[in-house]
Amino acid sequence: MTDTDFGTSRVKRGLAEMLKGGVIMDVVTPEQARIAEDAGAVAVMALERVPADIRAQGGVARMSDPDLIEAIIAEVSIPVMAKARIGHFVEAQVLQALKVDYIDESEVLSPADYVNHIDKWAFDVPFVCGATNLGEALRRITEGAAMIRSKGEAGTGDVSEAVKHIRAINGQIKQLSAMREDELYVAAKELQAPYELVREVAATGKLPVVLFTAGGVATPADAALVMQLGADGVFVGSGIFKSGEPAKRAAAIVKAVAAFTDANVIAETSRGLGEAMVGINVADVPAPHRLAERGW
Amino acid sequence: MTETVGVLALQGDFREHIFILRSIGADAIEVRTPADLAKVSRLVIPGGESTVIDKLSRIFEVAEPIKQRIKEGMPVYGTCAGLIMLASEIGGAMDGQQNFGGMDVTVERNAFGAQLESFETDLDFKGIEDAPVKAVFIRAPIVSRVGDKVEVLSSLPNGDVVAVRQNNLLGTSFHPEISGDSRVHEYFLNM
Repeated sequence: MTDTDFGTSRVKRGLAEMLKGGVIMDVVTPEQARIAEDAGAVAVMALERVPADIRAQGGVARMSDPDLIEAIIAEVSIPVMAKARIGHFVEAQVLQALKVDYIDESEVLSPADYVNHIDKWAFDVPFVCGATNLGEALRRITEGAAMIRSKGEAGTGDVSEAVKHIRAINGQIKQLSAMREDELYVAAKELQAPYELVREVAATGKLPVVLFTAGGVATPADAALVMQLGADGVFVGSGIFKSGEPAKRAAAIVKAVAAFTDANVIAETSRGLGEAMVGINVADVPAPHRLAERGW
Repeated sequence: MTETVGVLALQGDFREHIFILRSIGADAIEVRTPADLAKVSRLVIPGGESTVIDKLSRIFEVAEPIKQRIKEGMPVYGTCAGLIMLASEIGGAMDGQQNFGGMDVTVERNAFGAQLESFETDLDFKGIEDAPVKAVFIRAPIVSRVGDKVEVLSSLPNGDVVAVRQNNLLGTSFHPEISGDSRVHEYFLNM
């Protein structure tokens, strides 16, 4: 018997491995958390407002009230995640003190620092971060992120940005894998990511951490689409609780993610789900209000 | 003909199990349907969320065939959530949570608490004598009651039971597929 080690990379990245093939759902009350767990969510994201409401109401979006986060932790047996603002390491310290299972350093909230992200190695609790391309994903991993999610455009119900980002990340990984070793130095420079990490991705053909997709997933078919494009799992934010029948839609998305290559299952589970969230076309969102552009 | 080992691939870290099984020469396939299950002579139930694996196994109608094969003596190895799926009784279960059963043990879900309590350590493992097993515990369960016919293979220093075997069934609270220590999978293939 030797030492017992907490908060190691293996332990942090390991929890994300256990979430693969699953759906992580945004919830704003313990009641919604209960519906999400009953529907088969693999984890929940506890927050005060879903991205669609943050977008509609405007203003500064911050970490949620600890009372709300604790009430949600008390309600469910699955892991609970919560969001800190980009660069706001004190919000992250608070979330770690509240014993959330994962912190999302999220562009959905208003950034607290327009230069630096949180030094995530300084924490025992693992972090998930958003990325729109491979370089951004590798910079977040360099800072200690134990899980990556492609960003998409949160709160729109428009899956096009999610598709763009997951394609970008996986496409760039394939390009790296096809390169000669002597080309990886320049690739690292162009990706603005450390050479060692770039070389590892080129050799293994994948990120060293789990890659989920987020932002704009509203239907079972949307979820299966990003899974077929190579996501390990899906975050659904506004798509569930901004729809007509949340419990039914949540269960349908869970089923579609588990059977993402089976069109018969996806067809069956897409029937009679009631109204989907209304949605906004990303093209109609003025550039300053696009959340995916936060983070660098 | 070599035997085919299935890994239940509904949710969780099934790819890591496939990878480690193949690395020690096993013919490993993903199992999602009763037809897949019919092709395998052994089954691994991966880590993941037991509540989700339970639901999906019922939705995709593999739960009953798996229970039947367990009764018929198919060797099954469950890690973490997989161990929960094999227990005769679950502590801290979600309302309405079901599982496959087969092993006369009570398993407490998420017995260590939040992710902050997740850890890795080296453990002695009965039947793997050359060196301790590298064990990664992630929001892990423990075995809180061990039935008469169940053999304890590994425990933490405080006595918490974290690896058990009952005839054809093997369960660990920890994840050798994450630490990359293939000896527990070798042990399983020799059962």
